[in-house]
Amino acid sequence: MNRYALLLTLGAASFGVSCSQNTGPMPSQRNASQASTQAKFTVVDPATAGTIRGTIHLQGSAPAPTQIDMGMDPGCTFSTKEPNFSQQYVVGKGGGLGNVYVYVKSGLEGSNFAAPTTPVILDQKGCRYEPHVLALMAGQTLRVLNSDPTMHNVHAQPNSASNSQWNMSQMPKGAPIETTFHDPEVMMPFKCNQHPWMKALVNVAANPFYAISDATGNFEIKGLPPGEYTVAAVHEASGEQTQKINLSVKETKTADFTFTAQ
Amino acid sequence: MRSEVVPAISNSFHRGLNRFAVVLSCCIFVLIVAGALVTSEDAGLSVPDWPTSFGSIYRIPPMVGGVKFEHTHRMIAEGVGLLTILFCISAFRVERRKWIRNLSLAAIGTVVAQGVLGGLTVRMFLPWYISSAHAALGQTFFSMAVLLAVYTGRDWIESTPEKFADDGAPSTRTLAVLTICAIYLQLFLGAAFRHSGMSILPHLVNAVLTSGVIAWTAVRVLSRYGQIAKLRRPASILIALLLIQLGFGFAAYLTRVVWGKNAVQPLPSMVSTTVVHVAIGALLLATSFVLEEQVRRHLVKDAAVVTEPSAARKAISA
Repeated sequence: MNRYALLLTLGAASFGVSCSQNTGPMPSQRNASQASTQAKFTVVDPATAGTIRGTIHLQGSAPAPTQIDMGMDPGCTFSTKEPNFSQQYVVGKGGGLGNVYVYVKSGLEGSNFAAPTTPVILDQKGCRYEPHVLALMAGQTLRVLNSDPTMHNVHAQPNSASNSQWNMSQMPKGAPIETTFHDPEVMMPFKCNQHPWMKALVNVAANPFYAISDATGNFEIKGLPPGEYTVAAVHEASGEQTQKINLSVKETKTADFTFTAQ
Repeated sequence: MRSEVVPAISNSFHRGLNRFAVVLSCCIFVLIVAGALVTSEDAGLSVPDWPTSFGSIYRIPPMVGGVKFEHTHRMIAEGVGLLTILFCISAFRVERRKWIRNLSLAAIGTVVAQGVLGGLTVRMFLPWYISSAHAALGQTFFSMAVLLAVYTGRDWIESTPEKFADDGAPSTRTLAVLTICAIYLQLFLGAAFRHSGMSILPHLVNAVLTSGVIAWTAVRVLSRYGQIAKLRRPASILIALLLIQLGFGFAAYLTRVVWGKNAVQPLPSMVSTTVVHVAIGALLLATSFVLEEQVRRHLVKDAAVVTEPSAARKAISA
């Protein structure tokens, strides 16, 4: 790292110390306890619960990852020596597609599930969001961290009108930003406008039955009560696919999806 | 050819005020380029608060990432606002034409409105209609400053304007006004596309119409009034700018829409072509205003007071 980068990083850090508060408009969001104080929750009997698992495949060749030029902020290169690549298509051996959000789209209407009390972490490390795609339940806390020695701004762009848009700056290694979303969202963009390549996709589920496919394309949704479901798989560029699944008591069903590279 | 004698305006040329107007115009042009960079670099919300920047009015944040573009734009805007106020004070001190003083007051109103639009677009997360209005008003402000530079120039104040018949249908004045309207529409459609308010198709279709109107106006002026330098110059500049603008528009289309469709970050080719496209658009609008004002000054409907240039040309060629 050159002297210029060091100076800028120190400048950013000292600015962060002097402006220790995150700034920018962030509307108050109802948290899990507020949303659920008077609700009656659905309890799934573990003795009857089943599982849906499967693999997401990519047909055709994915666009080659693009290396990102992070030269506009030396703080980004200071925090990591690793090159940063676009993450739109994460394809494992055998054509498994990662970062696909799989969730139970219908079949659980009328049920009301308690949101987990543990927060889901979205970190900014090396001027990239980790993870790139995540999911949490409506009412569950999302905790956004900044592990970088440079400033970021976190700009959530919900699709649902009832979830408010917000944009906050977060100082180098600054205080976490915590929020909740009370309505379901699919592939809600989170952006950093200071580093325009930084993008995460946050999914908010109405129930606890969801998964993100791993780097080999595999996913598993456990603990589902028996029933007829529509399971959806969503990729940020290749869109959404659905399958009807009829799940019996303690059954494990396989649901594979195949996407085409766009 | 010229038959009407118009007395010179009873106002003396003030070199300082004229130079101030030229400097103000140049600063606004730089501000437009800085604003175009903010949009092209996708840095519009990198400073999330307004009117403060990261909670402070005066503290300069680390100029890295998108902050470098957004905060620089804000600082230049503050400087231009201050210059506009100083220009207005100067105009009230040395300028005897009330309408110039009023125009300089209007310039202050415009820069304040422009600042408020810029703030609103940050606070409302860049709605396309506010961002597009911000883009259009910025170029209007630039045109106002250029016109102030023209109005306070020695030629405008001390020379007696030659008057010619505005013949032809539609009149040249109508064409000049139509040119301003067409460029405005094109500017708004381009801004709406840049700010994700609409597709690029209306901007592309209107590019053909706007080019036609500009060419019609310029050809009319050059063919009928080419001997009048005050009309020939802006018309020639308009044609030259149009050709350059079409070239950069095509380059911006290729780099942004075709090749940069799936780009994960703004690429230098995308940024440079779109910023130059915006900057030339601002020059086109300002030139169209200058041409319209010169047409208004030199061409009259009343044929009784002038000699028709086309008749004069025929006489010369015969």
